[in-house]
Amino acid sequence: MTRKRFFAAAAGLLAGTVALSACGSSSAPSQATDQNADAKEVTLTITANAVSGGKNAAGADWITNYVIPKFVEAQKAKGVTAKVNFQPNGVDDQAYKTKVSLDLSTGQGADITSIDGIWLGEFADAGYISPLEDIVGKDKVQAWDGWKQIKPAVQQLTTYEGKQYGVPDGTDGRVIYFNKKLFSQAGLPADWQPKSWDDILDAARKLKKLPDVTPLQINAGKAMGEAATMQGFLPLLQGTGQPINKDGKWQGNSQGVQDVLGFYSTVYGSEKLGDPLLQQDAKGRDKSFQEFSQNKLGILIESDYLWRSVINPSKGVSPMADRDSSVGWAKIPAQAAGKGPNGADFVSMSGGSGEVINPKTKYPQQAWELLQFMSSADAIKARIGSTPQISARDDVNGEILKADPLLNYISTEVLPVTAYRPGLADYTQVSAALQDATGQVAAGKSPQDAGSAYQKALEGIVGGNDKTFK
Amino acid sequence: MPAPAAGTGPSRAVVDDGDVAGLGKARAMAFLAPALLLISLFLVFPALWTLYLGLTNYRLSGSAAKNPQFVGVDNYINALSDDRFFNSLGLTLLFVFGSAVIGQSALGFAIAWTMTRVRKSVRAVVEFFVLLAWIIPSSVTTFLWYAMLDRSNGTLNAMLSTGNTAWLLDYPLQSIIVFNTWVGTAFSMLLFSSALASVPPSQLESARMVGAGAWAQFRDVVFPHIRGHVLTNTLLITLWTFNTFTPYLLTAGGPDDRSNILPIFIYRLALNDGALGQGSAISLIMIIINLVIATVYLRLLKERKS
Repeated sequence: MTRKRFFAAAAGLLAGTVALSACGSSSAPSQATDQNADAKEVTLTITANAVSGGKNAAGADWITNYVIPKFVEAQKAKGVTAKVNFQPNGVDDQAYKTKVSLDLSTGQGADITSIDGIWLGEFADAGYISPLEDIVGKDKVQAWDGWKQIKPAVQQLTTYEGKQYGVPDGTDGRVIYFNKKLFSQAGLPADWQPKSWDDILDAARKLKKLPDVTPLQINAGKAMGEAATMQGFLPLLQGTGQPINKDGKWQGNSQGVQDVLGFYSTVYGSEKLGDPLLQQDAKGRDKSFQEFSQNKLGILIESDYLWRSVINPSKGVSPMADRDSSVGWAKIPAQAAGKGPNGADFVSMSGGSGEVINPKTKYPQQAWELLQFMSSADAIKARIGSTPQISARDDVNGEILKADPLLNYISTEVLPVTAYRPGLADYTQVSAALQDATGQVAAGKSPQDAGSAYQKALEGIVGGNDKTFK
Repeated sequence: MPAPAAGTGPSRAVVDDGDVAGLGKARAMAFLAPALLLISLFLVFPALWTLYLGLTNYRLSGSAAKNPQFVGVDNYINALSDDRFFNSLGLTLLFVFGSAVIGQSALGFAIAWTMTRVRKSVRAVVEFFVLLAWIIPSSVTTFLWYAMLDRSNGTLNAMLSTGNTAWLLDYPLQSIIVFNTWVGTAFSMLLFSSALASVPPSQLESARMVGAGAWAQFRDVVFPHIRGHVLTNTLLITLWTFNTFTPYLLTAGGPDDRSNILPIFIYRLALNDGALGQGSAISLIMIIINLVIATVYLRLLKERKS
């Protein structure tokens, strides 16, 4: 009997602890900047949320077919045998972040990791990444000629508390996309430019009359992850005039937040201008892309990512053969004309990513060389030459973007009015609370209830209501 | 140990010190040591570590990852005053009851019982397919189920002509209950098959001769023989189901937390939201619930023996 009891107790214990047993903190001081600087054999690893044939395929192919062979060749000329590996990923950004955090927290992980700029504060506070100057030496960092090509606003993406943690690899901007074919069927203009939220709703009501068409997709809910915040809540909130974080305080359940949640309620409520089930689906964002590419979705807020990586006729995940003729775009309007920050009529949000060097790398100098190579004008041209993207470098942008009408539009019309997320360690938790609030409204909860639940969650995250404003 | 018959000689001392094998304490300990070491390393230490982490505000990233602060029982208070925790606990109990206690046990027994009265070849085919559900990797089976239950192009909707019913969204808990029943029935079936083989055919024969119906045969002849197996089976599948994470691959706990069973709740809290300390605290609560379940079943088993 006792043996059996022991067995059962053991089984119970095992089952419950597996999930969290491997978690513990480790932080060791980073090693000398010149460690292995003269090594003749070097092994480096790059990781990114990109995989050949899947997510961000172009980026993955670029690393495998351009960066690695060219870098190995260049090292060979110096008499160094370099071996560079690429660890591909093709998952949700949230899952990728979890994986990278766990890798870095155990002192493992790739030598060069691509991260979203918004994770920088958290990773730096956790000690998972260090300022470049600590890893490779201040003089070496400053000696790079690429910095002067990168605008200060873009450099901010990889800057935390005044220190440069990596090299930004691009930025983006959000627009409101629409399907011109559906628009003409519904009697809407091909050069549509909404001037207020009501204009968006009016267009959606007209699209509603078409059979089997979802008029409008405004991302909401946990399943959408950061896409609900960045492509949904924040651009709308920006349109009410107040940013999410001002003077170090977070916006609580204010009138602006109520207006935004009210907009969600109109979209997903009784009028059913959007599809509430899509917001709850674990794969809802991908499905919304698919519907858009199949002419079943009328209006969608997204970044240039949709244009170049999703509905791209040659390289997209949901390719749209007639993308160039049937997809239109417009600036995201403020709630009403002049309601945006400082009286702006139009708003947008921007993010961006960058590459950081693992503080535990065995070859800091060589990793820095590789990172500089990846961020060189030639390498970036090779990366975005065939699928243009707003790069971090002005010299490359000047050459490449003219060819692409949408990217040209974003860099000239949208970037001047855009805003960036606050690079604070609490941001991702606040974002999760916003996702919850939007998801609740999309599922039928009243904006008032969702708003007060958000206020409560927010106070828990930032520590009291003196750190919030209304 | 039976008492020795009188007169077998005064030299054999009858002291029941439990040392049946005659190893002596030191050697017995030496035999046990490797097992104890493994158990300490993989069970006791992680449990204690979970206990420790549960008392801190440790996070996956941010400054609390570097310097976690001791927060006492705050995490437990938060958990026990959190609607989402009780929502998950309730869902988990429904899930365990529906898919393990009812679904897997009943279906497993039904198949095993039916298979005792069919041809060997039929039995082999049925068992093969049931086992297949168990042994195919869960990432593969969940993908197939996702395709089957999908709203727009799902097989089930095509078969039932149910239009665009979003099974995983409209009936998330029911969906994962059916799914988990499907996956896990093989174990119960195998266990009951061997249990039923141990029922003496002569007793069944006699029961039939005195005119016992199917239910009476089951209740008075079969059940007393397999009662121990029923309890063992229920204990094991309850614990497994309580801790299974596979439904995450189908619904990710959604929509709106409606299939957010405890293991998924903990995963999302600890790794997606990064609240490792809070997640550890709930993990420990889960360990305790597991121990309670195990103890209750063992009590039942003990009653049966005595």
